[in-house]
Amino acid sequence: MGSLLDRRGWIGFLATGLVLIVVVPLLNTLPADSPAHLADYLVPLFGKYACYALLALSLDLVWGYAGILSLGHGAFFALGGYAMGMYLMRQVGTRGVYQNPILPDFMVFLNWKELPWYWYGFDHFAFAALMIVLVPGILAFVFGWLAFRSRVTGVYLSIITQALTYALWLAFFRNDMGFGGNNGMTDFKDLLGMPLQSGAMHRGLYIASVVAMGLGFLVCRYIVTSKLGRLLLAVRDAQSRVRFLGYSVAHAQVFVFTISAVLAGIAGALYVPQVGIINPSEFSPANSIEIAIWVAVGGRGTLVGALVGAVIINYAKTYLTGAVPEAWLYFLGAIFILVTLVFPNGIVGLVNRWRGPRRAPPAAPRGLLDEKVAP
Amino acid sequence: MVCRLRLFLLAFLPLLLAVHGGFAATDDAKLASLVAQLGADDFDQKVAAVGELAAIPDPRVVAVLKALEDGNLYVTKDKKVVLAAQDGDNFATSDPVTGAKIGTATSDDIDQIIVNNRVRTVIDAALGTLNLFSPDRDARLAAALDLIKNPSPTAGPALVKALAAEQDAAIRQDMTLALAEARLNAPDKKVQLAAIAELSGSMDPAVFNILSALHDSTGLDPDVKKADENALAAISQRLQLVRIGMTLFEGLSLGSILLLAAIGLSITFGVMGVINMAHGEMIMLGAYSTYVVQQLFVGYLPADWLDAYLIVSLPVAFVVTAAVGIALERSVIRFLYTRPLETLLATWGVSLILQQFVRTIFGSPNKAVDNPSYMTGGFDLIGGAFITWNRLVILVFCFIVLGVLGLILKRTSFGLHMRAVTQNRDMAAAMGIPTARIDALTFGLGSGIAGIAGVALSQIGNVSPNLGTIYIVDSFMVVVFGGVGSLFGTLAGAMSLGIVNKLLEPVAGAVLGKVVVLIAIILFIQRRPRGLFALRGRAAEN
Amino acid sequence: MTVEASPGTTSPEFTTSLLYLDGVTVSFDGFKALNALSFVIDRGELRCIIGPNGAGKTTMMDVVTGKTRPDEGQVTFNGKFDLTRLDEAAIANLGIGRKFQKPTVFENLSVFANLELARKTVRGITRTLLAKLDTGARDEIAAMTRRIGLAGREEILAGALSHGQKQWLEIGMLLIQDAQLLLLDEPVAGMTDRETEATADLVRSLAGEHTVVVVEHDMEFVRSLASRVTVLHEGSVLADGSIDFVQNHQAVIDVYLGR
Repeated sequence: MGSLLDRRGWIGFLATGLVLIVVVPLLNTLPADSPAHLADYLVPLFGKYACYALLALSLDLVWGYAGILSLGHGAFFALGGYAMGMYLMRQVGTRGVYQNPILPDFMVFLNWKELPWYWYGFDHFAFAALMIVLVPGILAFVFGWLAFRSRVTGVYLSIITQALTYALWLAFFRNDMGFGGNNGMTDFKDLLGMPLQSGAMHRGLYIASVVAMGLGFLVCRYIVTSKLGRLLLAVRDAQSRVRFLGYSVAHAQVFVFTISAVLAGIAGALYVPQVGIINPSEFSPANSIEIAIWVAVGGRGTLVGALVGAVIINYAKTYLTGAVPEAWLYFLGAIFILVTLVFPNGIVGLVNRWRGPRRAPPAAPRGLLDEKVAP
Repeated sequence: MVCRLRLFLLAFLPLLLAVHGGFAATDDAKLASLVAQLGADDFDQKVAAVGELAAIPDPRVVAVLKALEDGNLYVTKDKKVVLAAQDGDNFATSDPVTGAKIGTATSDDIDQIIVNNRVRTVIDAALGTLNLFSPDRDARLAAALDLIKNPSPTAGPALVKALAAEQDAAIRQDMTLALAEARLNAPDKKVQLAAIAELSGSMDPAVFNILSALHDSTGLDPDVKKADENALAAISQRLQLVRIGMTLFEGLSLGSILLLAAIGLSITFGVMGVINMAHGEMIMLGAYSTYVVQQLFVGYLPADWLDAYLIVSLPVAFVVTAAVGIALERSVIRFLYTRPLETLLATWGVSLILQQFVRTIFGSPNKAVDNPSYMTGGFDLIGGAFITWNRLVILVFCFIVLGVLGLILKRTSFGLHMRAVTQNRDMAAAMGIPTARIDALTFGLGSGIAGIAGVALSQIGNVSPNLGTIYIVDSFMVVVFGGVGSLFGTLAGAMSLGIVNKLLEPVAGAVLGKVVVLIAIILFIQRRPRGLFALRGRAAEN
Repeated sequence: MTVEASPGTTSPEFTTSLLYLDGVTVSFDGFKALNALSFVIDRGELRCIIGPNGAGKTTMMDVVTGKTRPDEGQVTFNGKFDLTRLDEAAIANLGIGRKFQKPTVFENLSVFANLELARKTVRGITRTLLAKLDTGARDEIAAMTRRIGLAGREEILAGALSHGQKQWLEIGMLLIQDAQLLLLDEPVAGMTDRETEATADLVRSLAGEHTVVVVEHDMEFVRSLASRVTVLHEGSVLADGSIDFVQNHQAVIDVYLGR
């Protein structure tokens, strides 16, 4: 108890990291006719999965450990993405269709005369990086402070987080918000002065995403193995008992919610240059709910489960939407039902059951979120 | 009162009849000579004749003027005006006034009476005035309204005459306004002031425009100008009230739609504590049921039965969605009663499947459901406030649904059992209430009402597979805002959200208004986590 | 706070009364759960509170611990803190611990972690995040597991304990929280006779060191505690005195014992 990872854990962590960071890019740099060559298009795809995995991790931290099912994490992801998108737009400079050195194309198109104040500073990467962390973090902090202080929990919280992302979704569709409206931002040229569309950049972004995922894992791991982590589980299972012990439940919830939103924002920021576009659809309530199912499939309350679930579901999505598009929603819907009804502990739960009760998992989701404390 | 009024009318009946009798007893000789004058070569003469004809309230005059305008009046070699209709190579001629047949004529015998634009204008004005005397109520009304929109000073005498004969109160009112407008530019200042005083009581935007046109005209007497300003202020104040009233109606209309969408949710979420994310899809299935019923009516039943499809759709949609709801409850939700967040996820999965299922069967494109005739169009309530039938019917309908539901909950044994299970499941089970069956039926009821909401929604927009997703967030907001577990709260929540949305729309625009409302609700929930009409006490805290 | 708990400070009201309820009224939709309830608990006292169902025992605890705000009345702790203005966490940090009617421990945490969370520390978030257990803390927790009879079961999930063990763990959490005032709501409900006896011993041993208020139905248990007894009825005090006094009190017999 209390140690970040045990020996076996570190070995697994570092071995996985080595394979993902070294082997994958190496295979990509092999000659194209080599049988071991990893196709170019797969590198950004894997990078995308890594971003999704980080996003799933962030949701698992609040849902699996603190019992907060946020249906608005897609919003934090999208805000991080928009912050990165704004930096990338400013990088375009005169290479846009309208060749305006200051204004992005969509602003010229909409007859904007000057850059709105909230775009100032986004030409500097450091500023953009700061915003990637601050914007989702501050939103989560303020929202969380308001909600948790008033003891809004459970399904109520889920519903208002959904309303939050829904409101942002509607707002970002508007052209006069200054974020590109319906079309969002795209046609990015380069990042940190290097062209986005190059093998090296793809590999770089992929490695950055995997590193972010790994660091995110360690941050979450540090939190959940700390005394605060145990406090969060206590908050999840018996909130009022925690209060009668003298802890501020709201502070713990706000803290973890904010950290989680920051992780989601970073995931979004790394995602945008790899897919080359950010638009309001990232705010859609459906996207946010989908994250919950990645976590549930992997096994909530286990950090590895979140990573595994995100990759498996997204691989299935890539495959099915390509091969049998109309089957994807049936599949996803069935997964939602199956994982809640039949496999509440997800894949990690199945593996643990199969390996036998060697170690008791920290989560016991049955009756997880209905707080029945008071007499 | 009513009785006295009737007596009063009876006393006047002979007089009214006499006036109408006078309508027919026109000086035929004069009429004939005026008609003959229409055949003159000189346009001035024609115009003069039309002008004089316009003052004769006789249906035969209308016929003559129409014939003239349509080019059916001809003049013979001996300068007699006849009505001619082409009959093969020849023309059948008749007397334009009496309609008596004269004979046949070749195209060499008669010449068409030429009408230029100037004459045409005068004919139109004359016809307009003459319609004031038409036996057809709608024609009189239309003529009066037309004169309000396009006032003509020359219509004054005709309006005085028509007013004397008119017995329909609504038309009298319009005629009075038209007369006042006709007198606005009278040379006599007293007449002008009286006309303005008359008009200042109006609520018609057209009157407002005409008065403001008067205000802008030059050389106006200062007293008249002053009176005009006062009248404009009075009218614009009244129009403002009408606008507010209209906004309220639009708000209530939106509220009624939100209410219909949310009532079912208020049962499943409020009463059972189940978060049903597939609730929107129940609405969608209800709308598709309506579509299918309509298609069946079109395909298999006589065309004049079509209007009945909507009535048939209600039970069909209810049964379809209630069945789906019960199946959903029995197969998925009942296993998740202690895990509300997982219910949320599982039902979201169900909603994805239902959407895709409908897409597979009906295709992605929107389907249009036509309103039945009794829900098409609308009526002009007052001062340009147009109320559409479908919105009005839905507004009334949502209250009926709410009332029926309230009765079911309060007056039936099913309702009693339902409330018992809600308050104390174990105790209810111990008393022999079949809780599992009550759960299924309650869920079926909630879903069935969602289906009925779908029928209503199909009347105001297109039907598409993602119809439900449009309403799901709003429905939850209504229930949470109003207070979970309270039907009255749902009503208050829906109506206040509807009205606030519509009030904000002109200020902030539709989308931003909605965003503002959402943020307001998010903030509101922080202050009152249990909504407007929350249950209080120990029971509510567990 | 432990310093203040020891008797012998100057001012008489500080030395004698620890908890003072004055005219506390709570109503739920017209039903008065507490009706102008007033009583005083002295420092170091062991007090039993009994009463029929609906007498307001649990609501009284809710008011003292900040879960329910009274409509009227004052609740004063230690002569200076107005508890009606504080939230649950602040009240807990003043040194008031509560055991619920239904044993409430963190079932997905080990016995050790339950006690670790309860142990008196600074409750801030960063401190909690960075907290490291030193030897003193480990010894303290080990001592407590022995005291509540759970030695050797530190790593068992609390959910796996028996009903009685959960009750003890919860009492242990209050003790390691170093609460000055312990509110125990039915501490022996669902316990075997032997467990009840052991619990009575434990509770008696607390008096003096802590101030203890016990709400209980089990009259044998109340008798075995040999403390002053307050009888509540319809939200106010019906009788107050020794167990023999209240058991022979006519009004008490009428509403409660005599039936």
